[in-house]
Formats: sequence, C-alpha cells, structure tokens
Amino acid sequence: MEPSEELLDVAIVGSGPAGLAAAARAARRGMRHLLLEKTDHLADTIFRYQKGKHVMATPPQLLLRCDLAFEAGARETVLARWAEDAAAAGIAVRHHAEVTEISGTRGDFTLGLADGTRIRAAHVVLAIGTQGNPNLLKIPGVGAPGAPVVQYTLDDPAAFVDEHIVVVGSGDAGIENALGLAADPAQGNHVTLLNRSADFAKAKDANVKALMAARDAGRIAVLTETAPNRLEAGHMVVDTRDGEARLRCDRVIARLGSAPPRAFVEKAGVAFTSAAREAFPLLSPQFETSVPGLHVIGALAGYPLIKHCLNQGHDVIEFIAGNTDLRPADEPILERVFAGLQPARPVDDWIAFLRARVSIFRPVSPLQMRELLLDATVRRYAAGEVVFVKNDVGASLFAIAEGAVEVEIDPGPPRRTATIGEGSIVGEVGLISGRRRGATVRAATPAILVELPRTAALRLIGTVPDAGAEVDRITTTRLLLQIFQSGLVAEDLAPILETARTVTARAGEAIVTEGETGDDMFVIRRGSCTVEKRIGGRPVFLRYLPAGSYFGEMAVLDGTPRTATVRAAIRSELIRLDGAAFRRLFEARPELRARTLAEMAARRALNAFIEERKDRFGSAVDLYSETAAFLVENGLGEATDALLIDERLCVGCDNCEKACADSHDGLSRLDREAGRTFAYLHVPTSCRHCEHPHCMTDCPPDAIRRGPDGEVSINDSCIGCGNCVRHCPYGVIRMDSPPPRKPGLLSWLLLGRGPGPGEPPKAWAKAERARLRTEAPPKKAVKCDMCAGKAGGPACVRACPTGAAIRVSPETFLALAGRRD
Amino acid sequence: MNAPARPSAPSTTARRAPQAIHEGFLAHRRYRWAWIAALLAGSSVLLYALDDPWPRPNGGTALGYALGTLSAGLIVWLSLLGIRKRRFTDGPWSLKAWVSAHVWLGLALAIIATLHAGFQFGWNVHTLAWALMMGVILSGVWGVVLYQRLPRQLSDNRATASERAMAAALAESDRALEAAARPLGDREAALVRDALATPAVGRSLGSRLAGRVPRCGTAAALRALPEGDPELAPLRDLLAARSVLLARIRTNARLKTWLQVWLLVHVPLTVALLAALLAHIVSVFFYW
Ligand SMILES: Cc1cc2nc3c(=O)[nH]c(=O)nc-3n(C[C@H](O)[C@H](O)[C@H](O)COP(=O)(O)OP(=O)(O)OC[C@H]3O[C@@H](n4cnc5c(N)ncnc54)[C@H](O)[C@@H]3O)c2cc1C
Ligand code: HEM
Ligand code: SF4
Ligand code: SF4
Repeated sequence: MEPSEELLDVAIVGSGPAGLAAAARAARRGMRHLLLEKTDHLADTIFRYQKGKHVMATPPQLLLRCDLAFEAGARETVLARWAEDAAAAGIAVRHHAEVTEISGTRGDFTLGLADGTRIRAAHVVLAIGTQGNPNLLKIPGVGAPGAPVVQYTLDDPAAFVDEHIVVVGSGDAGIENALGLAADPAQGNHVTLLNRSADFAKAKDANVKALMAARDAGRIAVLTETAPNRLEAGHMVVDTRDGEARLRCDRVIARLGSAPPRAFVEKAGVAFTSAAREAFPLLSPQFETSVPGLHVIGALAGYPLIKHCLNQGHDVIEFIAGNTDLRPADEPILERVFAGLQPARPVDDWIAFLRARVSIFRPVSPLQMRELLLDATVRRYAAGEVVFVKNDVGASLFAIAEGAVEVEIDPGPPRRTATIGEGSIVGEVGLISGRRRGATVRAATPAILVELPRTAALRLIGTVPDAGAEVDRITTTRLLLQIFQSGLVAEDLAPILETARTVTARAGEAIVTEGETGDDMFVIRRGSCTVEKRIGGRPVFLRYLPAGSYFGEMAVLDGTPRTATVRAAIRSELIRLDGAAFRRLFEARPELRARTLAEMAARRALNAFIEERKDRFGSAVDLYSETAAFLVENGLGEATDALLIDERLCVGCDNCEKACADSHDGLSRLDREAGRTFAYLHVPTSCRHCEHPHCMTDCPPDAIRRGPDGEVSINDSCIGCGNCVRHCPYGVIRMDSPPPRKPGLLSWLLLGRGPGPGEPPKAWAKAERARLRTEAPPKKAVKCDMCAGKAGGPACVRACPTGAAIRVSPETFLALAGRRD
Repeated sequence: MNAPARPSAPSTTARRAPQAIHEGFLAHRRYRWAWIAALLAGSSVLLYALDDPWPRPNGGTALGYALGTLSAGLIVWLSLLGIRKRRFTDGPWSLKAWVSAHVWLGLALAIIATLHAGFQFGWNVHTLAWALMMGVILSGVWGVVLYQRLPRQLSDNRATASERAMAAALAESDRALEAAARPLGDREAALVRDALATPAVGRSLGSRLAGRVPRCGTAAALRALPEGDPELAPLRDLLAARSVLLARIRTNARLKTWLQVWLLVHVPLTVALLAALLAHIVSVFFYW
C-alpha cells in the first residue's frame, strides 16, 4: 500500500497512560494526530491487571497535569474514566495497529504497521511500555489451514477438553500452562511439553518438581532435547535426539518468552544509555531520543508510574508543539531538594553545578540528573559535622560537591583519618555490600554533599556505564590502598587500575582453582564467594567472602600457586586486576613488596595451620562443609539476616508464625513448615534481607527500601503490582490484604470469641467483614520487616518457647554449620 | 585469601545474644534459672532445717507463711505462661527465657510447697491443692522429656520433605493408583478403593498416639495381591511406595500428637490447681 498522503503532525504509538495522555493533549491542541494501538482496546497493560485491582496513584507529591483525570481506584473505574476523557478530547485512535517499523527523521517519519499500512508523520511519540511481544513460533505450517492452532497465551486452562495439546517452552510459564491443562483428568486433555534442552534450568524448582511428578503419574508427556520442526494437519513433527517424530496435536501453546521492545526501538536508530539490561533510551530533557523528532515516554523511558506517564504524555506534546517555557512537572519537587542551599539558584543551575563538580555525575544527562535528584538529599555541612557514624546501617552514597570530608580510620589515640576531597564519593562500601558503615565520616571543611539513596545510586550505576566505571575505580583504589597499606599512594595504582576488568561468574563457578598458577587478583563487586580447599580428596569449606572482599593477593606478591579454590556462591560480578601490572610495581619498589609480605604473614598462618592438620580432619569436617554448602545454596550466602530453625529443638508449635502475624496486621510473613532442612537446620520461607535484594529490581513506586536496622521492607506506597514476588528467588513475598481486627486475647481465652492468636483463617476474615459490612483493603506485597522499630527485636525469635528459632547473619551461620551436638 | 577488607561490623545477631544460638530453653543463659531455682530451693531447705517451730512445722509458722506466699506467687506466675505465650507485645522479653524460668522454678516449687506444708497430708482441700500441684509438675517434667527427645525424631522422620510435600506426594499416589487400577479387574479396583478410602492419619487420639490406623487399606491390598504376577507388579510397586509414605506420615502425626498431648494434662490440671489453691487460701484465712 502507498504511504497515505496526509502528513500527520504527530503519530503516537501505544495507548497506555503515556500515549493516551499525549493523544489527548494533541487533540486539545488541534494537532493532526493518530494514536496507534496494537490491541482492540486502550491501555493494554492496565486492561490486563486482574479484575477489580486497586490502581494506585503514586507518588503523592507529584502534581498531575494532563487532560485525563486520574485518581486511585478500581481498574474498571480508571479505564472507563480515561475512555470518556479521551472521547471528550476528540482523540483519533486506530486499533489493531501494531507498529513494526519506524524510519525517517524529524519532519518525515514513516511508520509501518503489521498489516502493511504506512503512516507518515512529522513527529513520533513512542509509548509502548515495557511488556514487549511474545516470541513467535517460527516453523513451517504455522497458520496453514488444518494445521494445529498456535497461541501464545493461555487465559483459562479449563476451556479445553479432549484435545491433544503441545506446550512449547521450558520456563515457568510453559510448565504452569502444561500443569494447568492436565490438572483435571476429567478434561481428558493429552498434554505434551517440549523442551529443547535436557534440563529445566530456567524454571522454579517447585514447578519442575510438580512437572516431574505429573510426568511420573502419566498426566503429562515431557519430551526433553526435543524441538518443534513443522506443523501438519492434526500433527506436530518434532526433532528428537534420535530423529524425527510425529505427535498428535490439535493446539500448540508456545511460551517462548517475550522480547523486550528494545530491539524494535533500536532498529529505529535510537541509542540506549548502555548495553545493560536496565538501560533506557538516551533522552534529552524534552524526551527526544538520538533520532531528532522521535520521542520516548512512559515506562519505556524508565518511568513506570502511571502519574509520571500521564504527565509526560502532556509535556511531550507541548514540547513538540514548540512550548519552550514549560517547566518540568518535577520542578517544585526539585526546588524543595535544593531549598536548603544558599544562595538560592534555579534548579538547572544547581544541576549544572553538580555535574561540573562531581566525577560520577559528569556522564549523567541533565534529564537523568533530575530523575536521580528527586530522591536525593542535598545539604550543607558545617566543618566537623558528622555525616554518618561507624556501624550505622545505611546504604546511601554521598557525593562531595564542595569541600572535603574526613574518614576516621582509627579513633585513636593517636587518631588517624583520611581526607576525601571535592568531586569524589564516600559511603560506597555500604552501597556495594549492603552492610553497616565501616567508619565515621565528618565534614573536614564546610561542605555541600549530595546523598543518594541506595536504589537511586544503583540505578545510576546500572544505567550510566561511565558513572558505574567511575564508582568502581574509586572503590577499587581505596580497597587496594587498604590492602597494601605500606606507603602506597593512589598514583602508584593508576597503571594497575588501567587493567581492571569486570568479570561475571555463575553460581558455583570456580574463579580461581587450587593448585593452578595465575597471578590475577579479584575484588567481589556484587554477589559473594566461598573458599574451599581439598583435604584428603574432599573439598572442605573454609570461608565465605561477601561483596567487597578480595582474594588472590598472595599470588600477586610471591607467585605461588593458588592455595584454595574460590567459587561464586551466587551469580557474582568481580573486578579482575592484572597480576603483571602488580609485578611491575613491586619490581620498581622492592621495599614495598617486603613490607607488604610481612604485613600479610598473619593471613597465611591459617592456611599453614590447615595444611598441617589435614590428616586429622574427619567426618566432622565433612558435615561442616556439607552444612555450609547447604546454607549457601539456600540463599544464606547473600543474606544479611535470616531466620533458621534448629530442628533439634523445634516442637512445631508455630508460635513463631503466630507472633509474626499478631505483630504485623494479622498476616504472617513466615512459613515455618515450608523450606529445606539439612542436618537439623531448617531454612523456613522467610526473608533473608539479601545484601542485594532481588525484590527491589523492578518496583515501580520504589517502595522496597533498606531501613535503618538493615531490614529490607516494603512501605505503604506499594501499588500491588506483584513484581517483587516474581523477583524474589526465595518465594518469601506474598500478596494479601490484612484481615479485620480480632477480639482481644482474654475474650478469646475466657469467652472463646474470635479465632485466637495467629493469622485468622480466610473464612473468619470473610465472615467478619460481612458482619462489619467492610470491603477487603487492596492487596499489597507483604514480607518480613525484621520487626523494625519494635522494642525487643524480631517477634518470631522472642515467641519461640524452646530457642529453636534463631536469626543469623553470614558471619554467624558458618559458626552454626560448625556446631557440634 | 582473606577476610573481607571492610572492617567487619558487629552483626545484628551478635548484638542480640551470640550464645543464644547454641542454647535450648533448659540451658538458657548458661542455666541461669537452674542456679536461681537451686538457690531458692536450697535456702528453703536450709531455713526449714534451722527453724524450730512449735508444736511442729506447718503453714502457720512465720517460715510457713513465707514459703506459702512464695509458693502461691510462683503458682500464679507459672500459670501466667499461658498468657505470655500468646500475647505478642513489643519489648525485650523472650518466651524461651520464660519457659526456662518456668521449668526450673516449677521444679523448685515442688520442694518449696512441700516444705510449706510441713509434710502434713490428709484428706482435705489443702492436700488436694498439693496433689494437683505435684500432678502439674510431673506432667511438666514429662513434657520437658518429650521436648528433649521428639523434635529430633520428627526431623529425622521427615528427612528433607516437609509436611506439605508429604501431603502432595500422597495426593499424587492417589491419582497414580486410580489410573493404575482402571484397566484392572473388579477385585483389584475394590482393593485400591479401600486403600484410598483409609484416612492417612487415624481420627482418634489413641490411633494417633500409636501412629497406626486400624484396618489400613493399603496394607490389606499389599497382602491380598500375589507377588509373582507381572501384570499386577506396577500396582504392587505403587502400593508399596504408598505404604512407606503412609508410615512416614503416621510417624510424623504420632510424634506431633505426643508433643501436644501432655499439655492436655498440664493445662487442665493447672486450672484445677488454681481453683484448689483459691479454696485452700480462702479456707485457711476464713475458717481456720
Ligand atoms: C500488575 C501491575 C500492576 C501495576 N499497578 C500500578 C499502580 O497501581 N499504579 C501505578 O502507577 N502503576 C502501576 N503499574 C505500572 C504501570 O501499569 C505501567 O508502568 C504503565 O502502564 C506504563 O505505561 P505506558 O503508557 O508507558 O505503557 P503501557 O501501559 O504498557 O502501554 C503500552 C501500550 O502500547 C501498546 N503497544 C505495545 N507495542 C506496540 C506496537 N508495536 N504498536 C502499537 N501499540 C503497541 C500496548 O498494547 C499497550 O496498550 C502496574 C504494573 C503491573 C504490571
Ligand atoms: C505448678 C506448677 C506449674 C504450673 C501452674 C504450670 C502451668 C503451665 C501453663 C499454664 C503452661 C502454658 C500451657 C499453654 O498455654 O500451652 C505451661 C506450659 C509448660 N510448662 Fe508448666 N506449669 C507448672 C510446672 C511446670 C514444671 C515443673 C515444668 C517442667 C519441669 C513445666 C514445663 C512446662 C513446659 C515445657 C511448658 C510448655 C511451654 C510451651 O510449649 O509453650 N511446667 N505450664
Ligand atoms: S524478599 Fe526475597 S529478594 Fe527481597 S530481600 Fe527478602 S529474600 Fe531477598
Ligand atoms: S516457635 Fe520455635 S518451637 Fe514453635 S514452631 Fe516456631 S521454631 Fe518451632
């Protein structure tokens, strides 16, 4: 088809909150516009929330400015209101219009739709969110008449009866679909699951177990190392290890994951901030990408909250229409961030000031700076004022925009301090390891410091690679100065730091192997490692190294073979420093080497000790090693504080769960029974307060924070999206709404009123609500908060009558592994 | 290799109670409450021996009053464990410490209260209170013995499986048996039906405490099916696996029941004791 004659002022792709707001603004402004939406309804992401979901309007301090009304309420209400407002604004929308191609530049874009239509526009606004498209099954015969139906989603497994169904895909989605289809034998479905590889590495353990059980029970046929080849009438032909096979097949459910929209966006010429998975398109303050005239807004631009999306839809059209006076909606918030600084200056000036002064901000674009500073604290410190105190829990990062700070290395006497100057950062150790502050820091002169909360700092490192590299450079230098104290100065290290490379290691991968030669040194940047040594032919667990630790420094000094094997306990990132560069340094300064060797003598003593005793190690050491390995495997390696149950003492009274529920809105955050056990140590389903909490990965309102006691907790701004549930590898978060208040303990004890201590049964909560005529509050994410702020500490431990329930940090769990009966 | 480069900060756990990790309730704080209880009981015995009341030791002497007040206070306090255990207020208390003190002071009480009585027994409300108290204490000792021994057995029996995993495995076994029996004859189908109809765990307290279910259909089916028949072999295998699983589930239920059953003696006796204690005090002060 020929490109349509008409040249639109603006084409808007995607009708989520961002695109819809943009279309409404364009319509109100009388611009020639068209909103292109791939589905047959508006705002597909929100359309697909579960029925009746309570949509939340956060952050509360952000003013809404757009042509659509939005306030917190049920999904249906929100969608209906938008449909009304959009119609009132007079937007032009085209459904079933999936954009597959964008080419051109400002003034002359051509958009290709899946059905072959072409649309021309002077400007394009991309607002397609981050859902992406399901990967398609690309084999001959798909869509041919008579061939099996191919579908990419499964809404209702109960809808199919007496069919031969082949599920393709070995992830959780595929397995869950297959189990759903086979759950009720009365449906009479013949379900087959195809897996290209031999194992199910991508899926959750629980799912794999359920699948294997279903296979053993003959309810699902599981074909591994098998791939679809082609579809024929009523059949699928598959490639197995031993050649082709024909399967009866009426329907194919393909769950091959979905491709993030990045590839599509990049094809239009848009540059991203980095290759990292967290990266976003590179944007100007007007949301313009590296392609002039092509704008990106909404979740795709890195703003997942509906309010942000709506505002950006409004703003982007204003910018395109040439309104240069529009102040960003976040201006008042940023003004408040800088309010404490005198003399008063416009926000843009302060941002320019920070970017000029601080090395990690230099590579950050002004738009990203605004986003970063929304959560930041910027203030002046008087000389001598304390910034943070040793052993405080805090994981924020401080940047020194003016003046200098003093780190107290030794409170003395004699007191030893180190000065960190303007433009640098401090507090990075807590950021990396998620642990307590290692030293007290004070302002050395009058200073201006920017405090970035941990999540904002991590986002900065993840999305602006040069800023990340700068943080790495600073932390590694400091670490090396600390290790090789002997009169080394930062300049000596420059050639070594040149060689720094970041390497990633899979869980269980050996980074250095005992007995091998190799003289590189490693610093653990993320994750953690275990150290083991072969004694009497068996690996013995020696030590656990959390993020921020280093290893391999002995080989650097004397070139001896590795004395132990170091493995990644979880997927880890390490900084590798080249041994040759160290050797050159030590050759040039032999006295440095001699002194360093002397200082490290103590560290070697332990290895020598173990060598000497190796014949005396017996089964006790085996048990110790196995227990330690078990705990690491169960996530204790990345924990900062986890609940363990000593099964030699646990009487199964569940008082721990009851205490948890009764001290937290009636919902228990721990499941004592679930979880694995080894050598009488039970790891229940309960939050480990990970060093790097996976749950924080993708929380739209940033509701998950690390608190003052090191606890990872979820605050009230949770919007109930369930992302954290999917990201936590330990299954400790659940979505639930608190039950109504129970009658007091005495009226239960004496009069038998109410359900008694602990989480009330769902049926009681329902009946009670009916009695009180109240609605259940919206479901939110619920997890352990380590009883932060409660005098006496975690209720689970306090409520255990026998001492079976204990909370441990990695430093102590190894002691536990070594315990004797 | 080395320790982490960052100065290792005291962990939260270390700030709490580092030794707590290895200690159960009996050993809590290196047997602090055992010492206190021994001291209390020891000094009571000593005072009793040194005291030379006329006409003979009983609750009416000065020392008798003192020991009696102490005993009554202890009994009330020991009973309050039932409340403490269920009131999850904030604050630096630990139920483990409470249970530790409860056990040791409860044992001391046996001595103190007996001294208070001056070994005078008879058929009256006073001796009833004493007997009930001894009943509570003995049942408590029984409970402690169970608490010491059964958790390990419970853990060993479960091995790495959880209760939920066992229940899921049983449901799986149900389905597999049903499927396996479908093509077979009426006799086999009836056997399987009986096996499926038997509850996994007995309903009566007796059968739970014994860990057995009378007339278990699975065991009966295994006995009834001939071993050599190749056609029945898969069914037999399923039934054999099921009986192993059932044994585990029943042992689990048995141990859990034992861990609770003693409280069914301890708590009602406590209630009776409190009533008798009240009667004892009232009668002493108003009708003496
Ligand atoms: C379960 C859940 C609950 C949530 N709850 C809340 C909440 O309570 N409050 C809140 O503020 N946020 C919430 N969020 C986040 C919020 O929904 C999203 O971040 C927001 O919808 C993003 O808006 P958007 O306009 O950028 O993109 P989307 O809303 O994702 O819209 C993109 C649209 O583009 C269409 N599209 C995609 N590709 C193409 C193409 N190639 N051609 C044409 N059209 C295309 C899609 O069909 C879709 O309609 C939640 C998210 C989830 C998953
Ligand atoms: C007169 C003396 C005693 C009284 C009045 C008393 C009373 C109680 C009460 C009311 C409970 C709470 C039970 C519940 O609510 O579940 C309890 C629990 C318990 N008692 Fe006693 N008791 C006494 C003596 C003892 C002694 C001597 C011992 C041990 C040697 C003992 C061991 C226990 C134990 C182990 C528990 C269980 C704790 C738990 O699981 O929460 N008691 N007692
Ligand atoms: S919720 Fe899960 S991912 Fe988050 S800190 Fe706890 S255990 Fe780690
Ligand atoms: S409170 Fe203690 S004894 Fe009771 S179930 Fe929990 S861990 Fe076991």
